Amino acid sequence: MELNVIWFILIAVLFTGFFFLEGFDYGVGTLLPFISPNDDERTQVLRTIAPVWDGNEVWMITAGGALFAAFPHVYATMFSTFYLALFLMLVALILRGVAFELRGRHPSICWRRFWDGAICFGSAVPAFLWGVAVTDLIQGLPINEKMIYTGGFLDLLTPYSIVGGLTFLLVFLVHGAAFLTQRLTNIGLIKKAQQWAQRAGAFAIIAFVFCLLMTLIKTDLFQSCIGGTALLAAGVFFILGYRQMFRAHYQSSFILSSLTIVATTLAFFAGLFPRLMVSSLNPAWSLTIHNAASTPYTLGIMTMAAAVLVPIVLIYQGWTYWIFRQRISPKDCEETH
Amino acid sequence: MDALLLSRWQFAITTTYHFLFVPITLGLSIFVALLETCFVMTKRPHWKAASKRLVRFFGTIFLINFALGVVTGIVQEFHFGMNWSEYSRFMGDIFGAPLALEALTAFFLESTFLGIWVFGWNKLSEKLHCACIWIVAIGSNLSAFWILVANSFMQHPAGFAIENGRAVMTDFLALVTNPYVCGEYSHALFAGISTGGFVVLAISAWKLLHDEASRYAFTQSLKGGAIFMAIGLLGVMGSGHMHTQYLATANPMKLSSIEALWETADPAPFAIAADVNMEKSRNDAEIAVPGVFSFMLYNKPSGEVRGINAIQKEYQTKYGPGDYRPDVPALFWSFRIMVGAGGFMLLLALGTALLSWKGRILSFPLLLKILPFLLPLPFLANSTGWFITEAGRQPWIVVGLQRTAEAISPNLTACSVWLTLIGFTVLYLLLILAALYIAFRHIKNTTIPDEGRDL
Repeated sequence: MELNVIWFILIAVLFTGFFFLEGFDYGVGTLLPFISPNDDERTQVLRTIAPVWDGNEVWMITAGGALFAAFPHVYATMFSTFYLALFLMLVALILRGVAFELRGRHPSICWRRFWDGAICFGSAVPAFLWGVAVTDLIQGLPINEKMIYTGGFLDLLTPYSIVGGLTFLLVFLVHGAAFLTQRLTNIGLIKKAQQWAQRAGAFAIIAFVFCLLMTLIKTDLFQSCIGGTALLAAGVFFILGYRQMFRAHYQSSFILSSLTIVATTLAFFAGLFPRLMVSSLNPAWSLTIHNAASTPYTLGIMTMAAAVLVPIVLIYQGWTYWIFRQRISPKDCEETH
Repeated sequence: MDALLLSRWQFAITTTYHFLFVPITLGLSIFVALLETCFVMTKRPHWKAASKRLVRFFGTIFLINFALGVVTGIVQEFHFGMNWSEYSRFMGDIFGAPLALEALTAFFLESTFLGIWVFGWNKLSEKLHCACIWIVAIGSNLSAFWILVANSFMQHPAGFAIENGRAVMTDFLALVTNPYVCGEYSHALFAGISTGGFVVLAISAWKLLHDEASRYAFTQSLKGGAIFMAIGLLGVMGSGHMHTQYLATANPMKLSSIEALWETADPAPFAIAADVNMEKSRNDAEIAVPGVFSFMLYNKPSGEVRGINAIQKEYQTKYGPGDYRPDVPALFWSFRIMVGAGGFMLLLALGTALLSWKGRILSFPLLLKILPFLLPLPFLANSTGWFITEAGRQPWIVVGLQRTAEAISPNLTACSVWLTLIGFTVLYLLLILAALYIAFRHIKNTTIPDEGRDL
């Protein structure tokens, strides 16, 4: 297979991992201030993602680095296009990262409430913005023949991209709530997570359906057989997961929300292929795996590196989840670190 | 100010912030790993108890610092595309590879194993737990290696060709084994060790004076910190010396600007102080020691060093008309501040190490009292050091290949850069204050009781 195609697939894999893993981090973080007024319970909720969120975030950083290495033009155009949106996302991620570290280090309720708010903001904003970015990319942006974005910040916010942003946020909320049902021992908290999954799930289904219809109208995603099938499958998975949540079949519900995210990411990349950024001005000006790529030499070096390193990363990240496989009990949160 | 100048300010400010935390991460990770190794290996029960609590104590400082280092680091990765998209296009074939490798080899490693280390105290054996912090230390230092591989290319390109107006990689090994990497990386690594050591030193000194109950533990950490720091500083000086000699061939313009040497000289003098006049391309006044600059470069009191004016002329014939001189007075003074701070820190480290070794440190309360106030020194040296490196390659973003002015994202408006520049600066400042508050509180409130000593 051609190296450019391999790298397109690898970047798709990195984004899939990122959306699946950080998806529940974003969901749990956004729910944090709403799920319980009780500080001990919030601490338990946070503990479910505390050991792993940072490792999960590296999936995004690696995806960014991989884009830079394999498709530098995409990296250059995408990051300068989304300049202010990325600034907002960075502010959110900075606040979230620091909040995780500082929140538990002071006993004052006021202090903790503040950082809970920061975690909520720092999780919800990236979730929403990634939805905006994904829909913008598949819909197409005014990119000229020199691969330079000619629009402004507000051109990034179309009705379709806002629906996309909301869909991402709501799906991640449900995914996070489903994750919590798998990671806690406190029955009361599990019930609350279930309620939030149901509430957010209803809105998420509406948003998803809207997003699906607009994708059909606004984009050419359904011209790709895999893309269309995957997106429809994602919708089906999500509705099934919603039903399982009502029946309190938590585990299958979490698996189904995970499948939803995987299938949506797959649909997005299959719909894009072989493009990475679509130009709305002229299809010939789109950035593709060929006109935006690095040289075969660099791609070759990076392919060898990825072939060795990615499996190793998967093994030790898997090991982390194995070490922390036990559910978080209230007792776990008493020991300070 | 236009988007270009603002973007340069933004990169300078956010990197300087970022590099307040990075050296602590590089050095303190190794220090905590050494401490935990003591804990695992020792057979003496009291030292075992105290060292475990010291690991947790300095581990907390490390974690708070690490969090700030990580979040400010993400900004830097995004920056290249956001503000410097034409740089990313021109350089992507070369620059992207070390960045991606940094994420794959280092970021995953440090973040994953740090999570295990923090929450795995009761889930792993002592040895396995200790291995985790060593992996974090290796990961952090590996990430410094890759980013300095990328940076070294900007200072002194190697293993590349120009195709269709873009720089492309022709030899990955030449990129990684660029001699510039060796100087930059060893210098940064030892600077990290010195900085981490000074953090330990300053905190331990403060605890010794203000917390009598914890005296045993912090006498130990003071001794260890001082030795660690002294090793770091000796390394910094050795690698700095080596790298300066290498600059004579790799980047003579930067070297002569650091010394404000305008005219070619043999033997070249070393100016201790100078009134530099950029417009007239000379020093209006200077205090100089003859022959010392030549001696620094060639280990003998003679040898030609080319002056800024000669190199400027050569560059004009090579690259066309233009001013190829960096900001000479700023480089000149930054270098003197860096070296002065380093030399002073070495004296402090050696003095503290010697006194601790003889068990007489508590008889010198004045030294203990001033150490915490001198903590800004390593940060001053680190920042001026980076300033020399980065300002010293101007007007180039990649020396000889691309100018800084050509690298900016063309669709950027001054208005949006103002917004982000102010946003980052204020946000970082507030978060540093919050982190310092928590760190001080932790230092003040944590005691490590003296449970008797081992004979």
